[in-house]
Amino acid sequence: MKGKSGILSNVLTIGFITISANLATAQGFAGLGTSADGFALPQPGHTFSFPDDYGTHPDFRIEWWYVTANLIGPDGTPYGVQWTLFRSALTPRQTDGWDSPQLWMGHAAITTPDHQFVTERLARGGIGQAGVTASPFAAWIDDWHLSGGMDAPEMAASGPDFAYNLHLQATGPLVLQGDHGYSVKSSENRSSYYYSQPFYTISGKLTLPSGDVPVTGSAWLDREWSSQPLSADQTGWDWFALNFDDGAKLMAYRLRNKNGSTFGTATWISEDGTTTLLHGPDFTATPLESHAVAGHHVPVHWRLQVPRFGVDVTIAAINPDAWMPTSVPYWEGPVTIEGSHAGHGYLEMTGHD
Amino acid sequence: MRRAVLRVFWSTWARAPLQLFTLVAGLAMATALWSGVQAINAQARASYDAAARTLGEGQFYQIVRADGTGISRETYVALRRAGWLVSPVAEGRIEGVRIVGLDPLTAPGGLGPVHLGGGDIGAFLTGKGQVFAGPEALAALQGHVDAALVPSADVAPGTAVTDIGVALRLLGPSGRITRLIVAPVQPLGQVPLAKVAPGLVLRPPQAESDLARLTDSFHLNLTAFGLLAFAVGIFIVHGAIGLAFEQRRPLLRTLRALGLPLGTALWLIAAEMAALALAAGALGVVLGYVIAAALLPDVAATLRGLYGADVPGSLHLQATWWLSSLAIALGGAALAGGGGLWRLARMPLLASAQPRAWAMAAGRGRVLQAGAALLLLAAAAVLAQVANSILTGFALLGALLIGAALALPPVLAGLLALGQRAARGPVAQWFWADTRQQLPGLSLALMALLLAMAANVGVSTMVSSFRLTFLGFLDQRLASELYVTADTPDQAAALQAWLAPRVQAVLPIQSARVTLAGQPTDVYGARDHETYRQNWRFLASAPGAWDAVAAGTAVLVNEQLARRAHLAVGQEVTVAGRTFRIVGIYGDYGNPIGQAIVTEGVFHTLFPAVVAQRFGLRLPSTDVPAVSRALQDDFGLPAANIIDQAGIKAFSLGVFDRTFTVTGALNVLTLAVAGFAMLMSLLTLAGQRVPQLAPLWALGLTRARLGALELARAVMLAALVAVLALPLGLVLAWALLAVVNVAAFGWRLPMYMFPWDYARLGLFALGAAVLAAAWPAQKLGRTPPTDLLKVFSGER
Repeated sequence: MKGKSGILSNVLTIGFITISANLATAQGFAGLGTSADGFALPQPGHTFSFPDDYGTHPDFRIEWWYVTANLIGPDGTPYGVQWTLFRSALTPRQTDGWDSPQLWMGHAAITTPDHQFVTERLARGGIGQAGVTASPFAAWIDDWHLSGGMDAPEMAASGPDFAYNLHLQATGPLVLQGDHGYSVKSSENRSSYYYSQPFYTISGKLTLPSGDVPVTGSAWLDREWSSQPLSADQTGWDWFALNFDDGAKLMAYRLRNKNGSTFGTATWISEDGTTTLLHGPDFTATPLESHAVAGHHVPVHWRLQVPRFGVDVTIAAINPDAWMPTSVPYWEGPVTIEGSHAGHGYLEMTGHD
Repeated sequence: MRRAVLRVFWSTWARAPLQLFTLVAGLAMATALWSGVQAINAQARASYDAAARTLGEGQFYQIVRADGTGISRETYVALRRAGWLVSPVAEGRIEGVRIVGLDPLTAPGGLGPVHLGGGDIGAFLTGKGQVFAGPEALAALQGHVDAALVPSADVAPGTAVTDIGVALRLLGPSGRITRLIVAPVQPLGQVPLAKVAPGLVLRPPQAESDLARLTDSFHLNLTAFGLLAFAVGIFIVHGAIGLAFEQRRPLLRTLRALGLPLGTALWLIAAEMAALALAAGALGVVLGYVIAAALLPDVAATLRGLYGADVPGSLHLQATWWLSSLAIALGGAALAGGGGLWRLARMPLLASAQPRAWAMAAGRGRVLQAGAALLLLAAAAVLAQVANSILTGFALLGALLIGAALALPPVLAGLLALGQRAARGPVAQWFWADTRQQLPGLSLALMALLLAMAANVGVSTMVSSFRLTFLGFLDQRLASELYVTADTPDQAAALQAWLAPRVQAVLPIQSARVTLAGQPTDVYGARDHETYRQNWRFLASAPGAWDAVAAGTAVLVNEQLARRAHLAVGQEVTVAGRTFRIVGIYGDYGNPIGQAIVTEGVFHTLFPAVVAQRFGLRLPSTDVPAVSRALQDDFGLPAANIIDQAGIKAFSLGVFDRTFTVTGALNVLTLAVAGFAMLMSLLTLAGQRVPQLAPLWALGLTRARLGALELARAVMLAALVAVLALPLGLVLAWALLAVVNVAAFGWRLPMYMFPWDYARLGLFALGAAVLAAAWPAQKLGRTPPTDLLKVFSGER
């Protein structure tokens, strides 16, 4: 672990801190928890402004455009797709040219029931290799892109052994997470700005070593930016984005502390997009079963309860080996929901030993 | 018992400290020269590897512009956005240091000092940035760059690595992306390169860089030197060990009579030899390190000047280097002692020692030796005709040198017999007869001297011929008085307009890389101008060659291309889809790849995208300083973009002078080893010759006269060897220039003779012989009369 922590602290220093699977070894979130170094901090009561907030917020240290999708092939095979663009700033400034302090990282993956295809891209800002424009909305890194407006973007990525070309279509409104988009990450009031578009339908083509697969399904976009999201004693998180068959949705996360306690919060999203913020006893997530993958023990089987809405479900990974062996490794993959409600969704887990 | 036997063995060395010294010193010197040369070579190779690693040239495909100009940022981004995983590299020079700018975010794994897994990438990318380099490069950059200077042992010498943004900022307008490194794994769905960036070409990784190929020849020369010195050393060791074994025979007889089994005795002797070899080898490694450390700055300077290859001027000790040196010391001792051990094993139990007979034994089997010599020389003659690779070239050198060494004793014997026939008077007749009689005991030392001298003649002829040819070639090639480089095509146009009224002629230098007759070749477009017609000399040409080139139907090719592709004047070749007749072949020294010249108009038709940015300027040499100053002050061209011809020539001369320092030092060392061999042989013989000299003393020759005769004999033998070494050295030089060089470089160097150098070398050899013979002669001259009388008292 010692050798790895050196590598990690370097990676974390860049600011790609959102998804560390080894947070326990780095000091908190790379010491970013304690100071914002001139970066802006999220404030409660902030009003979002669209389309500007589709774009970048260079005053903030980190930011991401995060799409996950649950897909079905013609033979009923379930697939998961991930398209993520992270922005990370070394200093809070936006300049054109090679000396831009804005760095970009892209992650793309396809999860099948028995295989995980992953690839990663890195880029510097300021030269056009990667970036985001708000209007018309377009996000890109190299040949990957999520572009064509927020309501109906095209989404494409390629790796050495896979590629996908998908079309998204929004069928509902944007959803502000937390308190009108102000999302609290710890009892010490560490926070981020966070909104989602959970109402995408999606269709298109996956290219796999076995050939092309036409797919349809649903997708979920998360937009989040911040400067110091976690406190020093938080070791990682478990994040759920769930679509119930009755049309309701649930976003839930659970941040784990070094002392074993957790900080959890969730947003219940009804079919029409109205939200209910859930705290403490309103929402519990309990790991049921751990799975060893890439030297880590990751809970790929959960029980989730939201008594207020009569939810008591178990959540199981479609592919328990959905490991992301990227420069900051983590687990991310599609899940199925059974119990009081049925459905499907996505699960992300970081910082598990 | 073993310990007792070993102690007895040791006592024999204690009684003959000179022999022990000969053995250890010979082995140590041989190892030292060998390992010193190896250390230099290893150091140079390691630094080429470091360079290749730093820059990724040896590992990855590269994308470059076909015309050699820079790649724009927009083109780079367009490629990335078309799915090409490429990483930009910006290169340029500041204060002579090669600045390499990398993008740590896209560079393939492990390239550069900082990446997403090691190093402080934040400090690398932000603020003024960081520059990683070795101490020498950092010292050169001190005060010239504002980025933080970070010492790094991993960066090749003469190179500094930094972020591409920092590099482009530091290099200013001359900075540009020179190439793109292509990641080994590429994604699906890439758009074809030609569609995204038509001017760019994909270049495969250069597993063996041009640099390595060029410098290989230099390293081969050094290695040959090292091997030769080792061979000379082994001659000495062979003599010393053989004699020691012979003198041990009575001792061994006694020990065996006392019950020591033969196997144990042999085993113990072998162990003793191994211990001595290891001790001598260790000493040799230390000496070798000293030699290498002393020579390395010059070797580094030579390589940098000749080939642009950077080697650090300081030495790093590598385990493989000193381990291999010890191994070769052990191997050498085994080689030298194996025969003696084998004879001991087969010796009859009660045979007595015959040291003198042993010394003479080298003379037996003379017929066999002469036969072997003839065979080897015949093989060399055949190889001289057919050798076409570096390996066969070295086989030729080996056969030639060993054959000549083996032929030396019979040839000398013949010459001495002639001398004896011509001799008048008893003392002269005795002198010749006695010299013949001594010849077998001295042959090994004389062979060593022959090899050392021949190597000296051969290598210095080669280096001097190279120097003369190269300087002549520079005169021919660098006919223009000034060379200027523009940073951009726009500046090139402005520069030409500015220059037109100020100089007699502006000759554009423009080239494109193509594959011609299967060989990578730079095609140049030459303007039809008197400069070329007057200065260029052809190795072979058709009449009116320049006229045919100017007419646009003909092409000139360099010697490398002609040899590799088997082209001759009158043949036709295809350049970029158009056929040309070859009208001339020219010497092109120092260039690793093929070259072809077409006329300027044809060049522009074939390569419309290439814009000349370098120009040769013709002007009266008296105007050079004024034009050079005006170019900087009025036109604003950086001083680094202006090179004057005199400067290049002075630089080249400096390089050759350093090459001479290295060869000179190795020459002196080899000769010293040969002199030492002679000294030891004479000392050994001197001790055994008292019985032969006693009768002469008794007949009235004074001891001083006898001593003087001994000295004269050594000088005469050395002179004979020197006379024989000269032709051998010249043949060696010929083999190096006409066979090994052609194989290594692809061109043949004309050979020049340097009689004064040879005369000086002959004097050195005689001097070495006098020095070597002086002490034994003086010892003889001071032999107490009682010792001489004792010879007769022993007679019955």
